[in-house]
Amino acid sequence: MSDTNLMTRPTPVTTEPRLARHILIGTVVTLIAALLFAPLMAVFAEALRQGWAASFEGLTSPDARAAMRLTLIVAAVVVPLNAVFGIAAAWAITRFDFRGKAFLITLIDLPFSVSPVVAGLALVLLFGANSWLGAWLIDHDLRIVFAFPGILLATLFVTFPFVARELIPVMMEQGRAEEEAALTLGAGGWRIFFTVTLPNIRWALLYGVLLCNARAMGEFGAVAVVSGKIRGETTTMPIMIEMLYNEYLSVAAFSLAAALALLALVTLLLKSLLEWRYADLLAITRRH
Amino acid sequence: MRAGYLSAPSPLPGFGLSFGITISILSITVLLPIAALVGHGLGIGAADLWEVISARRIRAALALSFRAALAASVFNLVFGLALAWALVRYRFWGRRLIDAAIDLPFALPTAVAGIALTALYAPSGVFGQLLSPLGIQIAYTETGIWLALIFIGLPFVVRTVQPVIEEIDREVEEASATLGARRTYTLRRVILPMLTPALLTGFALALARSFGEYGSVIFIAGNLPFQTEIAPLLIVIRLEEYNYDAATAIGLAMLLISFAMLLTINAIQIWSRRRIGNV
Repeated sequence: MSDTNLMTRPTPVTTEPRLARHILIGTVVTLIAALLFAPLMAVFAEALRQGWAASFEGLTSPDARAAMRLTLIVAAVVVPLNAVFGIAAAWAITRFDFRGKAFLITLIDLPFSVSPVVAGLALVLLFGANSWLGAWLIDHDLRIVFAFPGILLATLFVTFPFVARELIPVMMEQGRAEEEAALTLGAGGWRIFFTVTLPNIRWALLYGVLLCNARAMGEFGAVAVVSGKIRGETTTMPIMIEMLYNEYLSVAAFSLAAALALLALVTLLLKSLLEWRYADLLAITRRH
Repeated sequence: MRAGYLSAPSPLPGFGLSFGITISILSITVLLPIAALVGHGLGIGAADLWEVISARRIRAALALSFRAALAASVFNLVFGLALAWALVRYRFWGRRLIDAAIDLPFALPTAVAGIALTALYAPSGVFGQLLSPLGIQIAYTETGIWLALIFIGLPFVVRTVQPVIEEIDREVEEASATLGARRTYTLRRVILPMLTPALLTGFALALARSFGEYGSVIFIAGNLPFQTEIAPLLIVIRLEEYNYDAATAIGLAMLLISFAMLLTINAIQIWSRRRIGNV
C-alpha cells in the first residue's frame, strides 16, 4: 500500500522542514530499534544460543511445565473474574447516577498508582501468618500467602482496572438509550445485557481481556512477594525465569522468557488487528 | 439528592447487583489489603515509622527510585511526544510496525524485559561490548535503571498524546502561518498548549508506573545498597528478613510519594487548563 496516498499532501506551512522531519524520523526509528526490537530479539537469540534441543529441554523440564500450568490456571481464574468485575463496574457507573461515582472511579484506578511490590506487601500484612486473619485462616487449613490464593489475589490486584477502564468510556459514550428502548419493549435485565449491551461492547471487552491476560500471565513484582517461591508449587513462569536466571541457567531462563515473549507478540498482533478493524469503536477508550 | 443516594433515577435494572459485585471485589482485592497496610503502619506509630524511614539506606533507595522514575519519565515525555508526532504526521517505512510495537512494554512481562535488557547492555552483551570501550557502562549502574524504566514507561505518553494529535485541525496551523508565525512558533505556542493536558496525563501514568517498578529493574540494576538499590527491592529484602515493620514503613512512604506526585501533576493540569482555556 502506498502510504503517500493515505492523506492529502500537506501544505508546506503545516509541516516541518524536510531536514527536521528526517532527523526526527531517524531518531525515533533508531531509539525504537534499540529499546524495543533489540531486547525482543535478544530473548530469542539467548534462548536458542545452544540450539533448539537445549531450548526445548528447558521448556519441558518438570519445573518449567509446572510453572506454565500454574501461570495458565492463574490467568484462567483472574481474567474471567476481572471481566465480570469490569462489566459490573461499567454497568453501575455508566447506567446509573449515584453519589461518589467519581470517587469510585478513582478507587478502581488505584492499583495503577500502587507499586506491585507494595500490593504484595499489603497482602502479606493482611493474610500473612502474623496477622490475626492470616493466623485464623491457617488454623482452618487455609493458606493464602505463599500459596495459590495469594498469587491469585496479587494478580487480581495489579490487573484490577484493566477491563473496567476499557469499558467505562465506551459505555459512557453509547449512553443508555438503547437499553431503555429494550426495556420498554419488555426485555428483562439479562436479556437487555446479552442482546443489546454485550454486542455493543464486545470489542472493547475483548481488548481489555487481552491486556488483562498479558499482565496476568506476566506479573512479577506482586507475585514475587506472595509466592514464597516453592519450586513446582508456587512458581509462576516469571518467577521461574528469575530463579533460573539467578542460578545461571541462562538457556532455560530465556526459553521460558521466549514463550512469554511469543505470548506478548500474539497479544500485540490481536490488539493491532482489533485496532485496525474497529478503530472507531475503540478510539473512545484512548481519549481519557 | 437524598433519593439518589444509592438508588438511581435510571429505569434500568441491575444497579444493586452490579454495584454489589463492584464494591465486593474492589473491597476484597484492593481496599482491604491497602487498609491492612495503613492499619499496620498506624500500629507502629508515626515516630517509629519516621525513624525507620530516616535510615540512610532506605532514604537512598527512595531517593533513587524517585530520581530514576522522574528522569525516565521526562525522557519518555520528550521522546513520546516526538514518537507520537512522527507516527501521526509523517509517513515512513516501518511506521505501522512501530505503531504496533509501541505497546510491547505493556504486553511483555517485566521479568522478560529485565533479563533481555541485561543480556544486551551487560559488558558482554551486544550493545555493552560496543559501549564499554567508550567507557560507558549501562548494566549494573543507575543508567541501567533509567534504561529499564524508559522501556516500561514508553507507551504511556505516546498512547495518550497520539489521539489528540490526530484530532488537531490543520486549519489552526494554517491560520497561525498566515498570520506570520514561523513553524517553530506555531509548534510552541499553538500545538504544544493543545497537547499539554494529554502530555501531563501520560507523564503521570509513566511516573507512577516507573516509581513502583520492580521486575524489569532488579536484573539490570546490580542492587548495591546506597547505589543501585531501588525502594521496592528493599521492601522485598526486609520482608525476607521478616522485618514487617520496616517493609511497612517503606511501603507507606512509597504510597505517600506516589499520591503526592499524582496530586502535583493533577494540580499542574488544572492550572494549565485554566491558563490556556479549555482545550
